[in-house]
Amino acid sequence: MTSPVESPPPPVTAVRAGFADQLAVLTRFQRALLLAMGGVFLLSVTRFVADTPELTSSGTSGAALRLGIPIGLAALGGLYAERSGVVNIGLEGMMILGTWFGAYGAWQFGPWWGIVLGLAGGAAGGLIHALATVTFGVDHIISGVAINILGAGVARYLSVINYDATTGGGATQSPQITTKIPLVDVPFLAGGDLFGWSTPDLFGWFEDSGWFLLADVGGILKGFTSNLSLFTLIAVALFPFTAWFLWRTRLGLRLRSVGENPTAAESLGIPVYRMKYLGVTISGAMAGLAGAFLAIVAANIYREGQTGGRGFIGLAAMIFGNWMPFGAAAGAGLFGFADALQLRSDAAIQALLLFVALLTGVFAVRAAIQRRVVPAALLAVTSAGFLTWFIVSDEVPRQFVQFTPHVVTLLVLGFASQRLRPPAADGQPYRKGESR
Amino acid sequence: MDLLRRIALALAAPVLAVVFALAVSSVFLLLADASPLEAYSSMWSYGTRSDSLISMVNRAVPLYISGLAVAIGFKMGLFNIGVEGQYRIAAVGAAAVGASVTLPPLLHVPLILVTAVVVGMAWVAIPAVLKVTRGVHEVISTIMMNAISVGLTAWLLANYLDRRSSETSLILSTGLIPESGRFPSLNPVLEWLGLELRTGSNLQGFVVIAALLGVAFYVVVWRTRFGYELRASGVNASAALVAGVNPKAMVLKTLFISGGLAGLVGMSQLLGFSYRYTTDFPVMYGFNGIAVALLGRNHPFGIALGALLFGFMDRSAQILDLEGIPKEIVVIMQGVIVISVVVAYELVRRYRQDQEQRAVTRELAATEGGAGAAAAA
Repeated sequence: MTSPVESPPPPVTAVRAGFADQLAVLTRFQRALLLAMGGVFLLSVTRFVADTPELTSSGTSGAALRLGIPIGLAALGGLYAERSGVVNIGLEGMMILGTWFGAYGAWQFGPWWGIVLGLAGGAAGGLIHALATVTFGVDHIISGVAINILGAGVARYLSVINYDATTGGGATQSPQITTKIPLVDVPFLAGGDLFGWSTPDLFGWFEDSGWFLLADVGGILKGFTSNLSLFTLIAVALFPFTAWFLWRTRLGLRLRSVGENPTAAESLGIPVYRMKYLGVTISGAMAGLAGAFLAIVAANIYREGQTGGRGFIGLAAMIFGNWMPFGAAAGAGLFGFADALQLRSDAAIQALLLFVALLTGVFAVRAAIQRRVVPAALLAVTSAGFLTWFIVSDEVPRQFVQFTPHVVTLLVLGFASQRLRPPAADGQPYRKGESR
Repeated sequence: MDLLRRIALALAAPVLAVVFALAVSSVFLLLADASPLEAYSSMWSYGTRSDSLISMVNRAVPLYISGLAVAIGFKMGLFNIGVEGQYRIAAVGAAAVGASVTLPPLLHVPLILVTAVVVGMAWVAIPAVLKVTRGVHEVISTIMMNAISVGLTAWLLANYLDRRSSETSLILSTGLIPESGRFPSLNPVLEWLGLELRTGSNLQGFVVIAALLGVAFYVVVWRTRFGYELRASGVNASAALVAGVNPKAMVLKTLFISGGLAGLVGMSQLLGFSYRYTTDFPVMYGFNGIAVALLGRNHPFGIALGALLFGFMDRSAQILDLEGIPKEIVVIMQGVIVISVVVAYELVRRYRQDQEQRAVTRELAATEGGAGAAAAA
């Protein structure tokens, strides 16, 4: 290692500041913002060329938010567990417990109790996972698989004994949840009421204008600011909370240190087991919340198979987001958007092909500027392929859209796995006092 | 005493796990106002009827092959969680090929089986290549492949392979595999042995294939150089590397074997029972195979016991609905068994380690004491 004194000063004059260098100066937040703006611009071009207003309508972005929240909460669940060094494949099972207990609580005592019970149900699953992996040192993945089987079994069994005799309920579903969590619109931005006075609907006007870019931005933001369930607001707030808790508090630092190097953490007097228990139980609670959201807000009912693998997708979103809360949110948003389009419009799905062509085209140009020949060629060919598909085909099979998020995840893992950095001790069983 | 002790310790974990699972299930049964004792005794008396035993074996066959597919990966520390998707897509491919040709049985059946194996291998090839070239963890990639297989089979079935008998049927289905492509029943053998069969009872011939696969598994893993390298990589990957084992080639070979076995999981159902792939083709064999492999500690004999236990539970639970007890209790039981069996194995391992440590300390103390005495003299 050279000491800082010996290191030569950076050759400032020798380097002509290219666009990439300018990008490197920006903070992470600015870069993310830039990326999002670029994405919206491409979407807007796509909407304009393919003439599919559904692509950026407030209905679609609102649906994307609603569908993205459970995935994002599951991703947060994965984040808490893996930051403490425990892999949680059992998110799906914990989420199932969340849907069942959430719906039961909402049906029996009202929606807010449903949220509490859903959270508790998921946390109980997390506690079992912690007991198996931390106390008994069981392989994390095996325990997770078992919890997935268990979660499905418990939910089915409890449905049979609780819902069979009810109206509308049965072995595979609960009765309808009648009382709802209130919906709000944000004042001034989406025309929400303020003390009984109805404020202007700024984003709504933008959306109705039909102008290039303005209408698209307005539509997307209107979806994010109108018809919001209070539960949605809580769920969204959990992302900055997690970032603050894990990176700005002493407890959070300790929890992460256990995921990076438990032996070192223990030598500093950090209670490793307790930290792991905390991480995995919060993880289960988040998955439980995700399930409760599905049952109470998204569907008003518990239905068997409601989670539909969203726990696994949440895990993928977390990896996609490089084990960071806002990255996980971005991943969840992407998956939510794919889901929303599939539900709302065939034409918009077809337009998505054009979007992918444009996106890979931009990356191909970027790679060409950086003189990385092979990636540039590959991306260009991909772009041309999607463009041809867009022009030739009339519609994309729905089943394809269904597994688009999974293909994207595989691609991200395949092409960007070097940039991903999981916690250093992720997935390793740890036993107190055992040196490695 | 040592042999007895070893057997007792080996059996301790599964027995403990089953007892614990029965205890947990009893709590759930009491929640439903059902008597656990009554439930278990009626399950036992129904499950041990001759036709139930045949059904148990039939149910165990796919679980057993799935368990083998998972276990070969476990043997070198690989986790093929994608058996679920591999068997599903292989069953679709095999059904489509099997229904489209008519050949002599001696060619037709092998053609279908080979198709299934090849499709299973092809489906595992993507995670395998991603693992060795890009270092993508196989658990995440195979989970993604499972989800993709669900969509892809649905799309294939809806657009290209649908040969439903009537347009009104809600269940999509491939064409029917002709007689020549079906696997014979073992009923004649049972009758020849002088067993009385209840009507509707049918022992599927595929159980023979499953047994042969189990033997082959044992020979390959414990009696060949490949198996030695496989186990060595599982126990200590870096030591195996130093000893000249190519880790990437091992990962590829093992995952391909696993995927090929996975391809055969659905074949007893396809060639012995339904003769076509439908949208309600049984699911979960892949995940339950993981459970069965864990129960059997990745040994073909143990896996067989695990598969038979799960088959017995699935079959005997059918009686519970008639008695007004939800038969879903069995899923809870199976989940608890899986998690408690791994915990129990870990506890037994720690206990054994502890005992060995003590034995060593005792012997050391004895020799030191002896040395001390000798020095004093």
